[in-house]
Amino acid sequence: MIEGARWKKWLWFYLPLGAFVFGLLFPFYWMAVTTLRPDKELYRPWNSPLYEPFWTSSPTLDHIKNLLYETLFGQWMWNTMLIATLATIISLVCGVFAGYALARLKFRFAGMLGTVIFITYLVPQTLLFIPLADIIRDYHLGDTPWALILTYPTFLIPFCTWLMMGYFKAIPKELEECARIDGAARWQAMVYIIFPVALPGILSAAIFAFTLSWNEFIYALVFLSSPEQKTVPVGVVSELIRGDVFFWGPLMAGALIGSVPVAVVYSFFVEHYVAGMTGAVKG
Amino acid sequence: MARVRLKDLNKKFDGTHAVKDVNLEIRDHEFVVLVGPSGCGKTTTLRMVAGLEDITSGEISIDGKVVNNLAPMDRDIAMVFQNYALYPHMSVYQNMAFGLRMRKFEKADIDSRVRHAADVLGIHALLERRPRQLSGGQRQRVALGRAIVRNPRVFLFDEPLSNLDAALRVQMRVELKRLHDRLETTAIYVTHDQVEAMTLGDRVVVMKDGMVQQEGRPLELYERPANRFVAGFIGSPAMNFIGATIAPQGDALWAEAPGLRVRVPPQKSDALRRYSGARVIMGLRPEALRPEASSASPEFAFDATVEVVEPLGAEILLDTRVGDTPVVARVEPGVRVSPHERIRLAFAPERVHFFDAGTEAAI
Repeated sequence: MIEGARWKKWLWFYLPLGAFVFGLLFPFYWMAVTTLRPDKELYRPWNSPLYEPFWTSSPTLDHIKNLLYETLFGQWMWNTMLIATLATIISLVCGVFAGYALARLKFRFAGMLGTVIFITYLVPQTLLFIPLADIIRDYHLGDTPWALILTYPTFLIPFCTWLMMGYFKAIPKELEECARIDGAARWQAMVYIIFPVALPGILSAAIFAFTLSWNEFIYALVFLSSPEQKTVPVGVVSELIRGDVFFWGPLMAGALIGSVPVAVVYSFFVEHYVAGMTGAVKG
Repeated sequence: MARVRLKDLNKKFDGTHAVKDVNLEIRDHEFVVLVGPSGCGKTTTLRMVAGLEDITSGEISIDGKVVNNLAPMDRDIAMVFQNYALYPHMSVYQNMAFGLRMRKFEKADIDSRVRHAADVLGIHALLERRPRQLSGGQRQRVALGRAIVRNPRVFLFDEPLSNLDAALRVQMRVELKRLHDRLETTAIYVTHDQVEAMTLGDRVVVMKDGMVQQEGRPLELYERPANRFVAGFIGSPAMNFIGATIAPQGDALWAEAPGLRVRVPPQKSDALRRYSGARVIMGLRPEALRPEASSASPEFAFDATVEVVEPLGAEILLDTRVGDTPVVARVEPGVRVSPHERIRLAFAPERVHFFDAGTEAAI
């Protein structure tokens, strides 16, 4: 903490903190206000005497109704949820086992393999979607959820593996050795001792993987084409911007409602998540 | 209850030869301590017995059965680690029960064993706590409890007291000794602390550079060290070493060094005669030295200059200098000397050791 006079604390702590919080939360406020604002106010010119951009005096749920009943938003939510959940589960299972192997088993090139896996994560998606599109077409997966469920792990598995590898390395080797002397086979030591201890790390990886899949845009845009197959980020953008007409109300309502599941996931696991980030494993 | 036998045991990591031809026979009920400086191969040896480290060559057998290729779980041993290695997500009770659960013990049996062990160690009140809620000493007790519930054939201890503070270490040392007397399980204990080794071990094995330097009962090592390393390692403060030349004079042999000329005790003369004119290392323990009136016989005494006086209460340590060699003497608390004073230090002839200057083996 900052020591000294009270004004110093305000100047160096509360003021920057306030600015940071404001910068972080303002977009959400803006989304919420725009969602509730009637069209009449939304398209009022800035020099009108009644112009009030930060507030609305006549809130309405029209945009939300419009979003839910006039578009396929419910379907998009379901698609996104399904794709994000399955992609996360696949990536997590692979990542946890691969991370464990790279951190604990002694085999040739283990160190190099870890680095190589991380490098694959660094290849930009904007480059990868072209060859991937070819593969998707060859396997006739285009315009199905499987196109995304199977391609998201291409960047999620390296990410989870890398994260879990670091986490497993931080767990004292003796825990596992002790378990093996206590009568556990290697897999039992892994399941009963290492995984529970690594739970904060596993949850962090899960949250990240889920968020990355939920927000993913380019693969979803390229591999899906029919409106009823789309995910929230692509659906909202492609169906609510028609030509040069932006349907700001439903657009913002879609963005706001679309960000709720991620926020729920974060707040639900926040304690474990923080423990995972700070790597708190104490004997 | 078991005998453990290590035969020509070797361990090589890439490039380093960590354990070299270790042969050791540990009897039933025996408490054997492996002691040595860090990197001497003692922990690696222990880990090979546990099955946590592959054996490069040689053989380990427990009760006559070779266990080289047996998984740790099948060796019926228990190990206590330096950092306790308690499972952080389990309560004390679950920690102690884990090994029994893995071995499919009956629930009632597990419960009675855990509670019995908790009684023995005085940790009954802690059974529902998590490891992070315990102090260092309590964690140590839980780690011990986890080892004893299974009633294994062999206990392995890897520096179990090093993470405790000095006072607690002394207390736990006594408790460990008491526990071993009560359970009579064969135990192998690794430590770098020679005091721990001397107080706990029925037998002490001193290791250095992967090789066994000497093994024997604690006092045997203290009184008859096999070489200079053991002589210097066992005992605190360490033995004084003085480089000397053997000079014959008539029938007697004398050891000469700058500022010192003492007679070689007659019982050692035969062995040292072939070193006439050659250099040897003379070893004198600090507690073998006593201040004497300067008129005393010069045969087994020498003059020294006091540099530092360390009064410890029960005794006084005198850091002195003989010629260029520092010599520590451990004397009675009643002795009154001050720095820069010249004093005469005498020793009993049977308490002087001689070592070969080249091989450093005892003569």
